[in-house]
Amino acid sequence: MEKNTSPVLEIRHMNISFLQYEKGFRQVELPVISDLNLTIEEGEMVAVVGSSGSGKSLLAHGVMGILPYNASMGGEMIYRGQPLTRKRIQKLRGNEIVMVPQSTSYLDPLMKVGQQICKGSRDEEKKKKLNQIFHRFSLEEKVQQQYPFELSGGMTRRIMISTALIENPRLVIADEPTPGLHLKMAKRAMEHFRQLADMGAGVLVITHDLELALETADKVVVFYAGHTIEEANASDFKEVSLLRHPYTRALWKAIPQNGFESIPGIQPYVKEMPKGCPFAPRCEKRTAECEGEIPYRKVRDGYVRCLYDA
Amino acid sequence: MMLEAREISFQYEKNSRMILENFSIQVESTDRIGLVAPSGFGKTTLCKILAGYERPLGGEVLVDGKALSEYRGYCPVQMIWQHPEQSVNPRRRMRAVIEEGNQVDPSVVDGLGIEADWMNRFPAEISGGEMQRFCIARVLGEGTRFLLADEISTMLDLITQSQIWHFLIEETQRRKIGLLTVSHSEELLKKVCTKLYYLETKTWG
Amino acid sequence: MKKKINGRTLLLFWLVLSVLFLTAVCIGGSFLDETARVTDFSRKNISPCIQYPFGTDWLGRDMFARTIRGLSISILIGVCAASVSAVAAFLLGVVSATMGKMADGIVTWLIDLVMGIPHMLLLILICVASGRGLKGVILGVALTHWTSLTRLIRGEVLQLKEQNYVKIAYKLGKGRWYVAMKHMAPQLFPQFVVGLVLLFPHAILHESGITFLGFGLSNEQPAIGIILSEAMKYLVTGKWWLALFPGIMLVLTVICFYTMGDSLRKLIDPASAHQ
Repeated sequence: MEKNTSPVLEIRHMNISFLQYEKGFRQVELPVISDLNLTIEEGEMVAVVGSSGSGKSLLAHGVMGILPYNASMGGEMIYRGQPLTRKRIQKLRGNEIVMVPQSTSYLDPLMKVGQQICKGSRDEEKKKKLNQIFHRFSLEEKVQQQYPFELSGGMTRRIMISTALIENPRLVIADEPTPGLHLKMAKRAMEHFRQLADMGAGVLVITHDLELALETADKVVVFYAGHTIEEANASDFKEVSLLRHPYTRALWKAIPQNGFESIPGIQPYVKEMPKGCPFAPRCEKRTAECEGEIPYRKVRDGYVRCLYDA
Repeated sequence: MMLEAREISFQYEKNSRMILENFSIQVESTDRIGLVAPSGFGKTTLCKILAGYERPLGGEVLVDGKALSEYRGYCPVQMIWQHPEQSVNPRRRMRAVIEEGNQVDPSVVDGLGIEADWMNRFPAEISGGEMQRFCIARVLGEGTRFLLADEISTMLDLITQSQIWHFLIEETQRRKIGLLTVSHSEELLKKVCTKLYYLETKTWG
Repeated sequence: MKKKINGRTLLLFWLVLSVLFLTAVCIGGSFLDETARVTDFSRKNISPCIQYPFGTDWLGRDMFARTIRGLSISILIGVCAASVSAVAAFLLGVVSATMGKMADGIVTWLIDLVMGIPHMLLLILICVASGRGLKGVILGVALTHWTSLTRLIRGEVLQLKEQNYVKIAYKLGKGRWYVAMKHMAPQLFPQFVVGLVLLFPHAILHESGITFLGFGLSNEQPAIGIILSEAMKYLVTGKWWLALFPGIMLVLTVICFYTMGDSLRKLIDPASAHQ
């Protein structure tokens, strides 16, 4: 493995939009993700946090090159110093870059778990590695001989992570890895990803659960109405004054332990996006300038898309 | 009024694990009870039984001393589900969701922040948070006496969660609707509920 | 945005084209009835030319007229048989899914019974038993084609019954009628229409099939099956056009129906709605 100092993945100005039919036969383009910027270093775990239905899953699909047929993407992706082209992702997908999908139904129901993880290979070395991984995730060796339907939900989750691990991935993308999991299980799943990062991989977790993300991630990227509005260190969330964007602060205050406060309004729908800052209509500090271009600027070791210092 | 489960037991198939065994609970109209339990303790199943979606194998569910299954028409016990997208028909407009409820007061629709423009949309055209608001409005029509909330805000962002709960607390208090809540977040339950019940140890807290 | 023909418009185009072709065949067929029967020995065995695009046969009959007339009869039979099947399928499907275990058992048993016998065999049996001819063929096709659509509808209704929103509707005090009309019908309708359209090609192929085998329409009818079976005798003597053009037209008709069904499905089905 050559030493590489450039980040594992750098995303610059990513845009993803959808072509959708209006009533009848007119097509409209819906921007789902606008100007997304993100950097993942080696050994780092980055969480992208946004509410469900905000289009954040598309981010994972965009990186993996598996966007739906009616989506189109712009911007730059740089993987370990080189642009991540469609051709390159096809080569790297499944070995250097892996994705842990949202749903547990991605396992082949007719294949024994062990075989599935090794992708059918009978390599001794792989088997040894598999045993190690199983040991690490406290899965019994006999599980390898079982079929997916025999597994519990938590086991399936661990199997899917094992599938990602067997290939020495440099970049792991997890799309909403904890839906419907009980708090303890969800925490454990997040810890598995933390372990992956500690082993040197870059980990990108996409989730709606801010509280869970804060427990394990290094950096948190806050997603609002298709825009990345803040990039903060997880430690910034210990104190509301360390946060940079009014929305992130509102999120913080809405955590039950932190006061359970709410602010009025809703996230704008992609078809009715306000000009400039998407949060402006709900923001107390908004001014006329908020309707203009809002730069994504560096503030205190993080980034914020806001004209004013919070 | 009182919603009461008396010694109910439940299992999905014969010889499978007993999910509930001789479980009893009472919910008063003024109660907001939070249920705390690890996963696999049958919290969702309990909600389904209390709302009449499943029948218990043993024991009975009573509303004001009368068996729940004897109530005809609009059920006085209504349940809000975890996944709103499974609870609305994908081919009907959101307006139909509200209309399906029992004369939902416009103040409920307003209070939940539902905008007039959403009414004409299909479920695929709004977010999960917005859809859940509709699902909540639907069960707050006339005749609802008890409300069961099964992880209703797990999939929502924190601000939406807080908005919805503040509304629900006020509404149930004003109309004297008994509330039973299930959530994985004990912190949330502490904020929302008047009493907590720990299923594992069968103690109140 | 680029000015490009989008998927939906293209689908609609194919749909309209198919419908146009099929109606043209139907209307043409009804006008060509007389022409198709005229025999004229002065023009027998002419290979395809401008005046007789499909050539003429050994009795000097215009093959183009016969083919179109034959196809229009086939389509007519298809429409009748498919409609009867579809209505039966709809009623039985709904009965089996809503009226309890007993009714469901009977319907499923009936489906298995009909599906267990080779299609062609059952068709021939019914057709011959009911006196052949147009009536026999329609009856035969109708009685054998309701099974797949019934299964589809039954499965769909069973699945809908388990949907959360249906259960919630009952809890909100809504009756069976409300649920059937408001929740189930909108989902079943597209399935039903598409299933109906896709029944046509089957019905047409089976009609020409049994007619070809000699169990269907009578010999004096200019049916596609008759044309093809008669052409068999003359193929070896080098009169290729007798079988080729009617054959192509039959395939074209069937493809048209499939295109219709397919485009309809894609246009109505939300899963592929944005292609």
